[in-house]
Amino acid sequence: MIRIPHERFERVLAEGALQEAIYTATGRLMEKRREAVAPEVLPDYQELRAQARRIKEHTLENLDFYLEQFESQVLARGGRVIWCRDGGEVVDFLTALAREKNARLIVKSKSMTTEEIHLNEQLEERELEPVETDLGEYILQLAGERPYHIVAPALHKTRYDVAEVFSRTLGVEREEVPERQTRIARATLREKFLAADIGLTGANFLVADSGAVVLVENEGNARLTTTIPRIHVAVAGIEKVIPRAQDLAVFLKLLGRSATGQPLTVYTSVLAGPRREGEPDGPEEFYVVLLDNGRTRVLADREKRESLFCIRCGACLNHCPVYRKIGGHNYPWVYSGPIGAILTPQYFGTGHEPWLPFASSLCGACGEVCPVKIDIPKMLLLLRREIAKAAVREGKARWERAAFRLWAWLMARPKLYEFAGMAASALAPEGSQGWLRALPGFLNVGPLRAWLRERDLPAPAPRSLRQRWRVRPRVERT
Amino acid sequence: MSRDHILHKIRTALGRSAGQPPAEAPPVRLRVPEADLATRIEAFLSSVSRLGGKAYRARSPGEVRDYAARLLDGRRAVASNAAVLQDCGITCLPGVECGFADRSALQAACAQAELGITGADYALADTGTVVLLASAAEARMISLLPPVHLAVVPKECILTGLDELFTLLPRPSELTSSAVLITGPSRTADIEQILVRGVHGPGEIHVVVW
Amino acid sequence: MARRVSLFATCLVDQLFPSVGLAVAEVLERLGWTVEFPEGQTCCGQPAFNSGYWDEARQVARHCLQVFREAEYVVVPSGSCAAMVSRHYRELFHKEPEVLAEAEALAGRVWEFSRFLLEVARVEDVGARYDGVVTYHDGCHALRELGIREGPRRLLAHVRGLVLKEMDIAEECCGFGGTFSVKFPEISGAMARTKIASILRTGADTVVSTDSSCLMQLRGALLRAGACVRTLHLAEVLAFR
Repeated sequence: MIRIPHERFERVLAEGALQEAIYTATGRLMEKRREAVAPEVLPDYQELRAQARRIKEHTLENLDFYLEQFESQVLARGGRVIWCRDGGEVVDFLTALAREKNARLIVKSKSMTTEEIHLNEQLEERELEPVETDLGEYILQLAGERPYHIVAPALHKTRYDVAEVFSRTLGVEREEVPERQTRIARATLREKFLAADIGLTGANFLVADSGAVVLVENEGNARLTTTIPRIHVAVAGIEKVIPRAQDLAVFLKLLGRSATGQPLTVYTSVLAGPRREGEPDGPEEFYVVLLDNGRTRVLADREKRESLFCIRCGACLNHCPVYRKIGGHNYPWVYSGPIGAILTPQYFGTGHEPWLPFASSLCGACGEVCPVKIDIPKMLLLLRREIAKAAVREGKARWERAAFRLWAWLMARPKLYEFAGMAASALAPEGSQGWLRALPGFLNVGPLRAWLRERDLPAPAPRSLRQRWRVRPRVERT
Repeated sequence: MSRDHILHKIRTALGRSAGQPPAEAPPVRLRVPEADLATRIEAFLSSVSRLGGKAYRARSPGEVRDYAARLLDGRRAVASNAAVLQDCGITCLPGVECGFADRSALQAACAQAELGITGADYALADTGTVVLLASAAEARMISLLPPVHLAVVPKECILTGLDELFTLLPRPSELTSSAVLITGPSRTADIEQILVRGVHGPGEIHVVVW
Repeated sequence: MARRVSLFATCLVDQLFPSVGLAVAEVLERLGWTVEFPEGQTCCGQPAFNSGYWDEARQVARHCLQVFREAEYVVVPSGSCAAMVSRHYRELFHKEPEVLAEAEALAGRVWEFSRFLLEVARVEDVGARYDGVVTYHDGCHALRELGIREGPRRLLAHVRGLVLKEMDIAEECCGFGGTFSVKFPEISGAMARTKIASILRTGADTVVSTDSSCLMQLRGALLRAGACVRTLHLAEVLAFR
């Protein structure tokens, strides 16, 4: 049996204010996206999605070529590329770099890839001081939490929570107005920017033909991170590469719209190499860390390779009725929602939190809104198959398999199936107009009990359709 | 070491060998609509306003300068070395510093200034975007550190949108270490989805087209 | 023209909601079609497929293919089961060319009920009458796997006496999801309650859908909430006169 963390779900479902907050926030993002991709404003939306998918497909199928091209372009512009197999290698590189440059303070702009390898904790252990500068990420760093959402990391925090966090950790007066809270963050972080030695970012895209790191943001913190400190380090998953700068025209149109409904986010930076001769400012050194951390394993699986197409827009989270109920922290990894449900088992193995791909009604909303057309429901089905196979192999699903075997056997034998139906009908207690509120103890088990926990149950029809069909009067032809 | 390891794993996963050329890439998809200058200007101005920026159409260099002077109102400003700013006489306005060659002096000035004044290399009509390519004429910080940004956009720089930009600049990184697209004032909605302007970048953006 | 269809009622309708199958037959017969009920039919295999037991799903799917081998039109009062047959059988059998060919052939002959009315029988007005305020719930698989959105609404629009009032979240999942509903009952129940709140906001007295599974979830949750809203399959509404 796969263990499902019901207690955790129940806890979050019982938190009325949080439920309201998640539902409203994601609902608003859904609405904004819908407006931004409406045919009146973006008539070629579906063509853009198809093109984005084609490009991702092509790039991943030729990934070694594009990564090498990217690397040589970065080198040609005076930057350096560091290849890291896992988070440990990233930490080692950064620690060595900081030591060599005598750096301690690292300003960071929002990056899911660094969240993925728990970079902050590890840098802190090495006596470095990483500071998150995206407002949401900053709040969470101060609160000691991980992101709740790929795009809106502090989605679950109210202004009162923020007031508490700021006054406790920054020693400022309690302040409950978001605008003034933002001022506090601006002032505190501005000092950090001006004093920082290293600016650490992720990357939304790596452009192979240009050696460019592309960053998309609204606050300006990524720009500050890549402008003020002497050193810029971008940490990116190897799947982030796209062939040509011209492909950005497609991806930028989709990313902002899918994430927040913005045709373009406030700042899009295309950064390649350290500052050049004659340019007044910008970093003196430019590094790109290319991180594997399990991606090559996903790449090897032809059927599920498309999971790597993800451009981290968060639309699937906003549209997922399950995410909207259980929230971001009930997912085991930093990637939550539908995309988290397909990435987590592929990175960690299907034995890790195996309930995850099952926690979906397969409603398909995620796949419908994915800007790169990842067939997320199909990925979930494929993962379920792998997990069920493994569970059977390991003897963990004896009952379930026996039940499905019996069921399949029965379904291929219509007479027996009919008989079983009659037996169930005879056994079932009489309900009110065919619906049951409860079952006697010996029947109130397993799936029936689970159903009745939340809903009334239809009693089996006294006579099945096939039985009624045999005696049914035919309607006269008109 | 890790490089070879990762590339090897990728090639094994894909069944490719080192140095193997890639399959043909899908053709680039760029669609540039037809739009005359007046339409582009009009669209650009209204896009900027929609984003919460202040858009102004100047009829002469003098009007540009006057707009800048009103905005300055005795405050300190840093101006970039863009030719258009000199042409309009903005660089001579009282309180405006420009011509920084030294990085730390530039940073100090930008950190103190109330207003950053830049030109624009391009602008995008459909999204209200100002495109700045870092160069001797345009420092990155001026549009970033001060709480107010004024961009003076020569009208011929206004393109229809992203597709036209990438048609004209197939690889912006060949020209500059930093191409930045600025679309409206700095903003966040990280606390309860309440829109707040001016988080880290300028909370106010003024765009003057002439 | 052979105006003959085979009804694939689905196991759920057969065992729990036979009136839906009868309603489908009634509507089609009124339009001049002969409706047959192949007695060998059971289930499409979706429960096993969705739970990861593909071998067992294949067993049931093979049976289903065999039952409907001869049928020219197979009408299914369920978007979910129709999508299982027309889309997912391909996946199940992609390594067995012979069965795959059969699955492909059946895929072209399987019709979700509302789509059959509109695209094969070519009627929008089936001559139904239903006095009530109705809200339409989009079944997820009908909507997203088969692209059925306007069709059922057009059919409802022609029902005399019927007033259609849209929900604000008509396209949001009801939380059924097959085994999901019993594996994650607390989440499934919470989703149902969200949907019910939207249904109640419309003031409708009846919820209509293409799928009895969604309606089972909604009806069960409506009853549990003590709400007085009727649930009817689209076919049942169209059978009224």
